[in-house]
Amino acid sequence: MEKNKSLWQEFSKGLFRENPIFFIVLGLCPTLAITTSLENALGMGIAVIFVLVFSNVVISSIRNIVPDKIRIPCFIVVIASFVTIVELLMYGYFPQIAKKLGIFLPLIVVNCIIMGRAEGFAKNHKIIPSVFDGLGMGLGFSLAILLIAGIREFLGTGKLFGKIICESFSPCAIFILPPGALFTLGVLIALFRRIKKGRADGY
Amino acid sequence: MDIKSVLMIIISMVFINNFILSKFLGLCPFLGVSRNIKPALSMGMAVIFVITLSSIVTWLIFRFVLLPLNITYLRTIVFILVIATFVQFVEMVILKKSLSLYRALGIYLPLITTNCAVLGVTVLNINSFFTQNQPVAGSFFYSVIQGFFAGVGFTLALLIMSGIRERLMLNDTPSLFKDLPIAFMVASLLSLGFMGFAGFRF
Repeated sequence: MEKNKSLWQEFSKGLFRENPIFFIVLGLCPTLAITTSLENALGMGIAVIFVLVFSNVVISSIRNIVPDKIRIPCFIVVIASFVTIVELLMYGYFPQIAKKLGIFLPLIVVNCIIMGRAEGFAKNHKIIPSVFDGLGMGLGFSLAILLIAGIREFLGTGKLFGKIICESFSPCAIFILPPGALFTLGVLIALFRRIKKGRADGY
Repeated sequence: MDIKSVLMIIISMVFINNFILSKFLGLCPFLGVSRNIKPALSMGMAVIFVITLSSIVTWLIFRFVLLPLNITYLRTIVFILVIATFVQFVEMVILKKSLSLYRALGIYLPLITTNCAVLGVTVLNINSFFTQNQPVAGSFFYSVIQGFFAGVGFTLALLIMSGIRERLMLNDTPSLFKDLPIAFMVASLLSLGFMGFAGFRF
């Protein structure tokens, strides 16, 4: 019972309390660049969850073999291998999404969340907790980018997943352009700080 | 290779497709070291240095190792390894040769390995200056120019941002917006301004 509870904690901390985007503020480049539509965000989210979980597993299982001094290059090779696998799979099965994500697909390698979890968690935890940590953090990242993408796609084009939601709504194109991304994220971070503060104050 | 396309690359990298404000590459250092002007300048110099040299190195590796062996799918792994070892190497050389330069750049160099702008520009070089796995005319030269000016654009955005944030510290911002959210707002306005450059044509 005790064990299940702690696994649940490893999983759930990434969803809200330590959300990688809103509270730790890591992995911003893909967050802002590919959130122009929900479809892109979903593709990126799945790719990141896959890489995060598998690299956490491998890094946690080799953690006692790798010498401390060269651990970063070793971790990067592990991460880069999984990113290449994801890249090839995406181009094989979902070529349209892969084309839209473009340069940001190989750039998952330098997504700070993945390296951050390897350094901060998988390096000194066993395999099973690392899996749950990766799943939770990946899911937290995906939910966050889906939220941002939803707001931006709706306000910027009036659509969700490419389908028009409300006929009479005239969209404001600035939201799918770069300034809209920065603005949305700034407001959302402030909003989530407010919610967390409210919870801590006991509202 | 003609002067027009070189000019186009320069303008596009520094203003129109500024790496930070319109392509969103290298945001972590952009927010991390833009609180004061001086470290921002050092970081910018270190990025220009590393990005230019890694453009050269990765181009050579792609052209003379990956292409002949037909293993271009290993691109991402090879590039990130090259950049990581290269950054470490540069750090050691600077430490031996010039202590003052090391003090200025030193602490920022390890951070650059995980700066997406560096890996981004090398992947971009390969995507835009190789067609059907053959280098276009002047490909090497274009890649170096693109790398160097991507770094210049990065430094420009970082400097503007740090100048504004130094003043923001003194202002009374709402407590929820302190530090990061207000920085995002400022960056949003900056990027709106940079969108005005999109009309440049040659």
